[in-house]
Amino acid sequence: MRASRTAAVVLRQFYLLRGSPVRLLPMIAWVAIDIVLWGFITRYLDTVTGPGLNFVGTLLGAVLLWDFLARVMQGVTTAFFEDVWSRNFLNMFASPLNISEYLSGLVITGVTTSLFGLAAMLILATLAFGLSFLAYGVAIVPFVLALFLTGIALGILGSAIVLRFGPASEWLIWPIPSVLSPFVGVFYPLSTLPGWMQAVAHGLAPSYVFEGMRSIVAGKGVPVTDLALGAGLALAYVVLACLAFARVYRYAIRTGLIARYSAESVS
Amino acid sequence: MTEASPPTAALSVIGLRRSFGNLMAVDDVSFEVRPGEIVGLVGPNGAGKTTIINMILGVLEPTSGTIRIAGVDLARGRSQALAHTNFAAAHAPLPGNLTVEQNLRVFGMIYGVSRLRRRIETLLGEYDLLRHRRTKCGVLSSGEQTRVTLAKAMLNKPGLLLLDEPTASIDPATARDIRARIAAFAAEDRGGVLWTSHNMYEVAEVCHRVLFLAHGKVLLEGEPARLIQEHGADTLEDLFVSVAHESLQPETEAN
Repeated sequence: MRASRTAAVVLRQFYLLRGSPVRLLPMIAWVAIDIVLWGFITRYLDTVTGPGLNFVGTLLGAVLLWDFLARVMQGVTTAFFEDVWSRNFLNMFASPLNISEYLSGLVITGVTTSLFGLAAMLILATLAFGLSFLAYGVAIVPFVLALFLTGIALGILGSAIVLRFGPASEWLIWPIPSVLSPFVGVFYPLSTLPGWMQAVAHGLAPSYVFEGMRSIVAGKGVPVTDLALGAGLALAYVVLACLAFARVYRYAIRTGLIARYSAESVS
Repeated sequence: MTEASPPTAALSVIGLRRSFGNLMAVDDVSFEVRPGEIVGLVGPNGAGKTTIINMILGVLEPTSGTIRIAGVDLARGRSQALAHTNFAAAHAPLPGNLTVEQNLRVFGMIYGVSRLRRRIETLLGEYDLLRHRRTKCGVLSSGEQTRVTLAKAMLNKPGLLLLDEPTASIDPATARDIRARIAAFAAEDRGGVLWTSHNMYEVAEVCHRVLFLAHGKVLLEGEPARLIQEHGADTLEDLFVSVAHESLQPETEAN
């Protein structure tokens, strides 16, 4: 694996961002809208409910972290889509660039761009609504890390799906965070869910993050086992997503899909 | 006195086959491209030229056969083998949302070009792109885009250069200039070139050897002038037309 090739993938994305700052705007704009909307909702809920409940800490914090996961995922997939949109597969894949170098470049780009969104979210939530992540203590680090890894895994998996099924399958990718959110208990404890949804939730790393957050806000301490499970699952997702992408890539080479990608299938 | 061993072929293709369902697109094709040699790959549409190029570029897996680039088996050392190649294809323009210079820098890094800045400057001059260096490729004319693609293909001074109709959309004067540059590249840098084209005058002018392909098989192979003479044709184009016509005969009769 050569660092210069990964750097080339990142440099290409940097040139695109610098040449068209509009690309950065969605990273900040949608997040800001969510923070403002949920900031006022939680502020209102705090005024109409009894003392002891902290909706800013639970709901707004959860919204922020969930948005962060979605931004990481979109950062990775958007970097991949740039090659789809500019029909650049042949130039990239008929070169010495290998899959690990390519994916590393996408991940570095996704993580970097999502950090812009995270910074904007933190500033807005702290200044406008008094949300303090310091309240979660050092446990916030593995929380964020688990979401980071899950976002990366979803981004790579989304890219694999689009590589396999063609550009038209993009619409399948964007709603993935929304589809997952009811299962992972972003806004409510997992015990609220029916049994089958809880079973699904236990296989999803973010469920442990949000349960852990609620536990801290409720003053029950950091559920270390749950956090370790969440982080371990997230790490496993990344490995599985990379394997899935590599498998789809091999399929695309075997069938000639990459060479005829605009046709969307080889049949 | 010991005899010098022959230089490693820039490209060695042995028993290459590729099928798509029941269709045999490439059928037992074997050939070599030696360093400094320009080999023309010609044939009617659907003959299998681009399929062969795609397999050599590693974006399509052969059904069977071996491809060696600079002695490296593509199936075993894909990245190492492709580091010796580069390509320009009419159907693979560089991203239109990057400038000429940005594209050359990105692909220069991918191909591991040393002294990249200097190499880019040289190529911008050679391909008459200096005034377009900060222009996005998407707004260039098709001829200018072809020149950028060729500049990219020359970035790493490849041991094997693959050209898929490189002069298809450029004016005759520029096409002549480009042919001269590629001929000079083969002669001076000892790069092997595999060139597909439908322009038989161009093929006759620059190629040392020609492979006539039809229905995925090599029907004729040899030096252009010798092939014309041996088959009693007036030009390579006449020979091409007659070979293409003959190759279609059995199919037409069967139908």
